[in-house]
Amino acid sequence: MLHTLGLLLGCQLLGEVTARGFGLPMPGPVLGLALLVLILATMPTLAKRLRPTTTVILANLSFLFVPAGVGVIGNFEVLSADGIALLAILTLSTVLSMLAAVGTFIGVRHATESWAP
Amino acid sequence: MTDVASLWSYLATSPLIWLTTTILAYLVADGVARQLGNPPWANPVLLSVLLIAPVLWLTQTDYTTYFEGAQFVHFLLGPATVALALPLWDNRDTIRTSVAPIVLALLTGSIVAAGSAIILARAFGLPMEVLLSLAPKSTTAPVALGISEAIGGIPALTAVLVIMTGIIGAVTVTPLMNLLRITDWRARGFAVGVAAHGIGTARAFQVNPLAGAYAGIAMALNALLTSLIVPLLVRWLV
Repeated sequence: MLHTLGLLLGCQLLGEVTARGFGLPMPGPVLGLALLVLILATMPTLAKRLRPTTTVILANLSFLFVPAGVGVIGNFEVLSADGIALLAILTLSTVLSMLAAVGTFIGVRHATESWAP
Repeated sequence: MTDVASLWSYLATSPLIWLTTTILAYLVADGVARQLGNPPWANPVLLSVLLIAPVLWLTQTDYTTYFEGAQFVHFLLGPATVALALPLWDNRDTIRTSVAPIVLALLTGSIVAAGSAIILARAFGLPMEVLLSLAPKSTTAPVALGISEAIGGIPALTAVLVIMTGIIGAVTVTPLMNLLRITDWRARGFAVGVAAHGIGTARAFQVNPLAGAYAGIAMALNALLTSLIVPLLVRWLV
């Protein structure tokens, strides 16, 4: 477990350092994710050792959003007079975005599969 | 024996009580959601917040005090994001066969997420700073806050809108995809990852591991893309 946590935090740290050092617009953990994929590509046997801990973390991913979720209640007043409009916009925009992504994904998949020999 | 008031005044300022409260609330929320068979509306994040909020209100605890305990949980979001590398790696062969759908679905999903928010905000006549706070709502919180600040939005408002977007996406994805009779877990997961970042990804993992892996890819790629396209969309649409 400690090996895995050490590696995850190490990748995140290198990601943070790279993002800030080069003034990149992406977050450190996302660069850390890319770094870990590269590490796994060079050391495929590592995946087996990482799996027990990462499985536990990802199975409880929702839990990690609870403090930020409580923050919504704590900052509810910032929604101000536009609360209802914002809720309507968020719902519509999120559904539209999912429709666009799922439609494109399936459409392109069918198109590329029908071209394949 | 120490009186209750002085015991409380000690506990209320210690991280222990709010860390414990966060874990207990989530265990109850997740237990209830599982008992019900994980229906879309019983989102464990939403249920936990609904359990914790009245406790904070009744004990007159402000968010800053609560967060001193809860920050230990919040901190783990970073390593958890890095951990998404593993499902990505495990599914590398499947992913290799769907590079074109991934790239194009990322582009349309990301542009519609930010573009529709801007257009709708204009249609509703919202103030400019609210519109700018809304534009990066579909991307993961640290990126969204950075974008919001850079384009002149209100980061605190963006933080609230990002979490609400995540919960809305997690709650609506299953009924929406079932309604459209979409059975491809890759497409379903990817869509919720693009539109609703980490909370959507957590929902995808709850439903299907392949959907979770694709949601994780979508979330990570969208974090990169949103920071590039939102400033452009704002310039074109505002």
